Amino acid sequence: MLLKLSFSSLYARLVTVGMTILAISVSLMLYMSVEKLRTSAYTSFTDTISQTDLIVGARASSVQLLLYSVFRIGNATNNITWESYLDLVSKEEVDWTVPISLGDSHKGFRVMGTNKEFFSRYKYRGSQSVSIDKGYLFEDLYDVVLGAGVAEKLGYKIGTSLVVSHGLQSFSDHDDQPFRVSGILKKTGTPVDNTVIVSLAAIEAIHVDWSTGAKIPGQLTPIDEIREMDLTPKNITAALVGVKSKLTIFQLQRWINEYPEEAMTAILPGAALQELWRVVGVIENLLLGISVVVIFTTLVGMAAIMFSSLSERRREMAIWRAMGASPFTVIGLLMLEAIFISILSITFSVVLLFCVLNLLQPWIDYNYGILVNIEMLAIKDMYVFAVFIIASITVSLLPAIRAYWFSINDGMTIKL
Amino acid sequence: MDESIIKIDSVRFYWSKKSNFKIFVPNLEIKKGEKVLLLGESGSGKTTLLSLMCGFLNPLSGNISINGNTINQLSSKTRDEYRADNIGIIFQQFNLLPYANVVDNVLLPLYFSKVRSNNVSNKKEKVIELFKQLRLPDDIAQFRASSLSMGQQQRVAVARALIGNPSLIIADEPTSSLDADAQKIFLNLMFEQISENNSTLLMVSHDKSLSNQFDRLIDINEILIREDKSCY
Repeated sequence: MLLKLSFSSLYARLVTVGMTILAISVSLMLYMSVEKLRTSAYTSFTDTISQTDLIVGARASSVQLLLYSVFRIGNATNNITWESYLDLVSKEEVDWTVPISLGDSHKGFRVMGTNKEFFSRYKYRGSQSVSIDKGYLFEDLYDVVLGAGVAEKLGYKIGTSLVVSHGLQSFSDHDDQPFRVSGILKKTGTPVDNTVIVSLAAIEAIHVDWSTGAKIPGQLTPIDEIREMDLTPKNITAALVGVKSKLTIFQLQRWINEYPEEAMTAILPGAALQELWRVVGVIENLLLGISVVVIFTTLVGMAAIMFSSLSERRREMAIWRAMGASPFTVIGLLMLEAIFISILSITFSVVLLFCVLNLLQPWIDYNYGILVNIEMLAIKDMYVFAVFIIASITVSLLPAIRAYWFSINDGMTIKL
Repeated sequence: MDESIIKIDSVRFYWSKKSNFKIFVPNLEIKKGEKVLLLGESGSGKTTLLSLMCGFLNPLSGNISINGNTINQLSSKTRDEYRADNIGIIFQQFNLLPYANVVDNVLLPLYFSKVRSNNVSNKKEKVIELFKQLRLPDDIAQFRASSLSMGQQQRVAVARALIGNPSLIIADEPTSSLDADAQKIFLNLMFEQISENNSTLLMVSHDKSLSNQFDRLIDINEILIREDKSCY
């Protein structure tokens, strides 16, 4: 009967209790969203490249090599020669390689020279590969494939003509050899989206009339003549490498790092990504901090709401006491109410979270490249809920003790 | 055998050390089955005295016995149980739970008192019986207390105080908001039930005109002395 009356009391305060539950649910949902975003940002970041065993470039730190070869941030310290690359390709342990040549740009987007194997070998988020959304991969020397972000931001379509600029912030364009958009890739949420991809031969072609970073004055080789040339690259920036057996990764890495002909570095992408995440992990800590503040605010809000609703219930408490309820029953009832509100808020917040995630997941993925996983709640979430319920009981103690004093002092008169 | 139901002996109380409201009750005795009217003007200490008798408040010194048990010497928990078992309370504002229906309001004291609960073999039948005796309509049972008229709330409050036959009924100015005719009807109904239950009634009022309907009249000024703190 006591429980029935407690629920009737809650029902009678439907608006107040409803607003309390809504406020707590939204706060909890916000906390879980931030947590989801935090873990998803980490997962998406570390999933930027997968199934690649080694990334090889000129001697540099692992983070630097990863930044320019995968994230297209910064510049390579040096290139590696095509001969060294061929040496690497000929190694028995090597299953596949994808050469990458960087250095030029188009309207702020990095231009990457590579071969067609890039599209089948480069994997992200586990085993997903980049695929064509519109058009086709480069067939002609001057075909260019655009990442989805480039096409969208520049408004380019299949057939659009574009000119590659020399370097990153150069005022010199390779305007004598314009490209034509042959394909646009599907959105990946990786740096590929913001990359202009051409063939390695195309990179060589646009630099035929260039020497040591500058155009040779008065030299303009006709395009037809260029097409007839041997456009095998002399240098590349980096190479993605897959090995036949995972057991040989470290052996191959050591061979590369000790390569006598040229100073090269081979990094394990997974380890380098972790290292890089630690560098940019301040964002994660910030999100974690936000989560803690949100949950703290929720609890303070809950205590405040319980305090304010206490005066509403003072008469009720005095009646219970007059009928013989002990102060502990009064405290127990308030704590029970806190537990009930917490459980209902948790349930509602989970429903809200799934609705919001379902609604926003495609938008977050498309705009920020973060794939927020919509999955069942993890054990960690259950721990958080349990801690929240315990914390709710604790914060409800203060209003409950206040109610106890009210109920003693009110006695026969209810001072309301 | 001690025939007194309430016995107060040299009770002193004040709310706080800074308070000017300090009372001393040298002696008070109320016999079982009596219908006593405690008269006194507003602020004279009537409600404080009732709170002491009900065990809501503890005296600084002296003893209060209800049914032979010195309640101020009981633990807080036992005192609450004792109150639930022995005392039915009618408040000035009736204080029904507004969200609960009438039956739940009436049955509420039984939840806290095994003794009173055991006194009622069939709870719903007893409630209906009380309704009839208090001239409340049968169909009122499932109404929410907040939907009742003032007069109906008053009678439901009496039913709640009477259920389970507590030996003592304490009523704090339950007729203050009624006109003379309604007061008479209400008191007659209450007296009938109290007599049937062999309960004792201690009713507080500031209305002297009610005195001829009670067995005994106690003027609070004759039993309660307001003291200065320096006396202690």
